[in-house]
Amino acid sequence: MPTPLEFAQRLRDAFPDVVAAPTEFRGEATLVVSDPARIADVCGHAKAQLGFDFLLDVSSIDNYGDEPRWTVVYELYGLGHACHLRLRTSVGEEKGEVPTVSAVWRTADWHEREIFDLMGIRFAGHPDLRRILMWEGYPYHPLRKDFPLAGKPTDLPEVAFTRAAPLEGGPFVTVPGGKDTIAREPRARTAGD
Amino acid sequence: MESPLSAITGSVATTEFGYNSKIEGEVVHTQLDSALNWFRKNSLWPMPMGLACCAIELMAAGASRFDISRFGSEVMRFSPRQSDVMIVAGTVTYKMALAVRRIYEQMAEPKWVIAMGACASTGGMYRSYSVLQGVDNIVPVDVYVAGCPPRPEALLDALIKLQEKVSREPITRILKRDSGPAQYGRLGIEVSAQRFEDIPKN
Repeated sequence: MPTPLEFAQRLRDAFPDVVAAPTEFRGEATLVVSDPARIADVCGHAKAQLGFDFLLDVSSIDNYGDEPRWTVVYELYGLGHACHLRLRTSVGEEKGEVPTVSAVWRTADWHEREIFDLMGIRFAGHPDLRRILMWEGYPYHPLRKDFPLAGKPTDLPEVAFTRAAPLEGGPFVTVPGGKDTIAREPRARTAGD
Repeated sequence: MESPLSAITGSVATTEFGYNSKIEGEVVHTQLDSALNWFRKNSLWPMPMGLACCAIELMAAGASRFDISRFGSEVMRFSPRQSDVMIVAGTVTYKMALAVRRIYEQMAEPKWVIAMGACASTGGMYRSYSVLQGVDNIVPVDVYVAGCPPRPEALLDALIKLQEKVSREPITRILKRDSGPAQYGRLGIEVSAQRFEDIPKN
């Protein structure tokens, strides 16, 4: 039975020009795909040739202040061989677009809509790229780092409105592993605390 | 909770309490306010606005162990036309907010609202871009229930509190008045009802 690292190596051998050497952490293999335009090809190969028939999740990271700003992460799983594989690819803010993998796994349709809705990354070739959680006409992408935690006021008559939430000195931060409950409990903290 | 008989007799002062049908016949003396309020408060049909986990406790309150029918509120109506009290049980998101308000407006008068749990009362732990910070921003709330989620006993206690409030309403005075447009909710949304400022504080 191949291990996740062996699958990652085989995927790298198929795309040596865009896939970097796999890294392993606690038995989980991660591959970085350097060219985001090729992600659909790499994913298609992983499904057709390596048996990764289940896309567990697609998520996104906002590296605010760094370039490239966006990282998209694909969590792959094979029901036949029970191995996980993680693919990462990054794209800059001015392009802000990654090819869709919804033609490879149909479940990617809604995952990519969620990323488009909350992070604002577009997916080229997506069959139905609409917002999925917020309503049509909501003007922001709320999971971006430069979007305030409290939200922003908006108004769309007859559809929905939003107001900034009162934070009362927050956001409130919980410190895990504090020596007592007073040290651990959620409160407004500055970077020095 | 008041006994039904004392609610019938209302504010009539009686030193020797009791009703002897052999002497007085099949007649009960009371005030119209008291009688109407007694009818109302013992058949408050809920509109279950179950939006999150509080709705599980709302279901528990309706099931046999807690049995909300002991208080006349077992008839969960999923139509606003047939319900008296909207129990907002759960997190009200901005996406849902106007739907909640529309359903409230579709309810026939008289109508009341119970905000069940921290989220419905204040937004709870969701100090967030997506969550309405308390359903009292869009509808007038009669009773708030603390808890995350509140136990069914807490909801039943809120129902009893609401019954006490209903039994104090000057109902005939409200019925006689012409109702014009008024604003309710902290966000000032217009409705045609002036009922809410009229209830005396106890």
